[in-house]
Amino acid sequence: MQDNYLSGGLRGLGRRVTSRIWRLGFASRFLLAILLYSGTALRRFGLTIREIYFTGVLSLVIILVSGLFVGMVLGLQGYDTLQRYGSSEALGILVALSLVRELGPVVAALLFASRAGSAITAEIGLMKATEQLSAMEMMAISPIARVVAPRFWAGVISMPILAALFSALGIFGGYLVGVQLIGVDEGSFWSQMQASVDFREDILNGVIKSFVFGLIVSWIAVFEGYDCEPTAEGVSGATTRTVVTSSLAILAADFILTAFMFRGV
Amino acid sequence: MIWLAIQSDRMPLPNHPRPRFVSSEPLVKLTDVNFTYDRRPVLQGINMEIHRGKVVAIMGLSGCGKTTTLRLIGGQLKATSGEVKVAGQVINDLDNDGLYQLRRRMGMLFQFGALFTDMSVYDNVAFQMREHTDLPEDLIHDMVMMKLHAVGLRGAHHLMPSELSGGMARRVALARAIALDPLLIMYDEPFAGLDPISLSIIGELIRTLNHALGCSSIVVTHDIQESLKIVDYVYFVSEGKIVAEGTPDDIKHSKEPYVHQFVWGEPDGPVSFHYPARPYGEEIYRETARAR
Amino acid sequence: MNRATLDLWVGFFVAIGLAALLFLALKVGNLASTQVGETYRLQAEFDNIGGLKVRAPIKSAGVVVGRVSEIRFDPESYRAVVGMQVDNRYKFPRDTILTINTSGLLGEQYIGFEVGGDTEMLKDGATIKKTQSAVVLEKLISQFMFNKAQDDSGKK
Repeated sequence: MQDNYLSGGLRGLGRRVTSRIWRLGFASRFLLAILLYSGTALRRFGLTIREIYFTGVLSLVIILVSGLFVGMVLGLQGYDTLQRYGSSEALGILVALSLVRELGPVVAALLFASRAGSAITAEIGLMKATEQLSAMEMMAISPIARVVAPRFWAGVISMPILAALFSALGIFGGYLVGVQLIGVDEGSFWSQMQASVDFREDILNGVIKSFVFGLIVSWIAVFEGYDCEPTAEGVSGATTRTVVTSSLAILAADFILTAFMFRGV
Repeated sequence: MIWLAIQSDRMPLPNHPRPRFVSSEPLVKLTDVNFTYDRRPVLQGINMEIHRGKVVAIMGLSGCGKTTTLRLIGGQLKATSGEVKVAGQVINDLDNDGLYQLRRRMGMLFQFGALFTDMSVYDNVAFQMREHTDLPEDLIHDMVMMKLHAVGLRGAHHLMPSELSGGMARRVALARAIALDPLLIMYDEPFAGLDPISLSIIGELIRTLNHALGCSSIVVTHDIQESLKIVDYVYFVSEGKIVAEGTPDDIKHSKEPYVHQFVWGEPDGPVSFHYPARPYGEEIYRETARAR
Repeated sequence: MNRATLDLWVGFFVAIGLAALLFLALKVGNLASTQVGETYRLQAEFDNIGGLKVRAPIKSAGVVVGRVSEIRFDPESYRAVVGMQVDNRYKFPRDTILTINTSGLLGEQYIGFEVGGDTEMLKDGATIKKTQSAVVLEKLISQFMFNKAQDDSGKK
């Protein structure tokens, strides 16, 4: 009996591992299919523009507001720490570098995953559950080309824009708190920032990061939606999985990208 | 009236000329079809013929493999063995492009309509015309209006699917299914969850559209009373096998116990009331033993 | 939502995104100031560069005139070789002395050019030998402690 229990557990573990690997393989094949079927999404760009509205424009408010607040908090906390060492003028550097390199791309991507990624998953999942995807297939129209690819590209395009807005608003928030509220010298705030933030090393790398995060989130979101169990529980489970998986993936990818980008600087 | 509306717009669509048929060959032919899913046999040795101009019903209990049969014909699933032939082409041998070409000549009505929820009724019906043809928008407008007129919902063209009742949604989906004048229309549970009036409207539409378009129809359903009124031929499927077939009259008077139970809706018979279980006494004894 | 409104919103979205990127590039970053145009190369050898990093500024009289482009170790002389890109607009005499300084007590390190009086100017690719190493704080402190201890013992 004991032996049986053990081997059962082992078998269960093995099955879970193989099913994960199988899913990863399927997801990769799915990504390939999206890229192959992207012709329609790019040729009829109206389809993608429509999705940019739903993923990008509708995420604007949450991104702008959180960017502003994150920047303001950075201003307060950064000043508190820096003034102990008498270098409160370096506040601009601190706010700008932390936003442009890390917080902008990462926090914007996390917000994007929970705002737009979950919406994409839920939408595609519902279309699957109500047989809309099947119906499309029966009309000889590929759902990957017509439904999935435009959403995927819309996410990839929106993400860097949102991250840039997040960083810009955050720096503005830091400026509001640091310069207007606390009274750090405005000239040194900006000039120190400009002296140590490099366009290629910092800003462009931040944009590259957010582009990669956009790819990851969009991929996970469309895949979870397309692959979900076509029931109400299936859709809600897939939506949760999108947020959890993409958040973890963003943080892991951030570590890898940072290790590559800012090595030796 | 309906007939006129549909006949008047039968124009050749670009890219896919209508194939000619030898009238004696059935439009759909299934030969010894087996389908296995996850090592579980779903369909076994299915033989079926659907001739042009006929309305054929596939009946059976839920989960007996009716919808699977439909998906095999539509090419959404591939038979494990055997041959599914539609309009002279073997589905299993077709590549993706060939399958998509063939599907342009099929219409399918899904169980709950499967209307695209983010588009209006008009755009739903126009969807395939816009995707597959380069027709000018005013021509598409006329065609959409004709299709909607045929199902009696021309006035509802501006509504969104969420604003429609179940029966209306089903009718819009029907208009969408016939958008490109298909050779074959498949209905997946067209009567499920409808009120009696909508139910007879849909039944009537299936019959008249089949006649007007000169196509064939396959109706998958378990609504015995409504479907026996409108179909020409019935296949009974039980546990993945065809157990009976014949004209509605044959079916009504069938002595086959399963068909009899199905037609007359008897609670017990070949399909048992009890889910398979171990002997009653044993179960009771076990309960009392545990209580002690 | 009709097509025109949709396009308008997306256009607006992309426009403010680009504006944010432009703000980051010009106001936050140093894109404008890094485009100094033509530079020429100089090399210098140091005994100890301390915490000098690639891309550290080179200042003369407190004005940034170039950046450190590479740092490597010379295995023959056991010294550090620092490559520098200096703005073409500025020429320096051949006897210029290079020092490694620290901005503030704990700030980042930079190279300072202390201009000499030679009439001949440094050419592209020239190597400067007259350098002053970075001040290493630990050495300074230990020296101070040593002197202090000597003083104390002298008093007794």
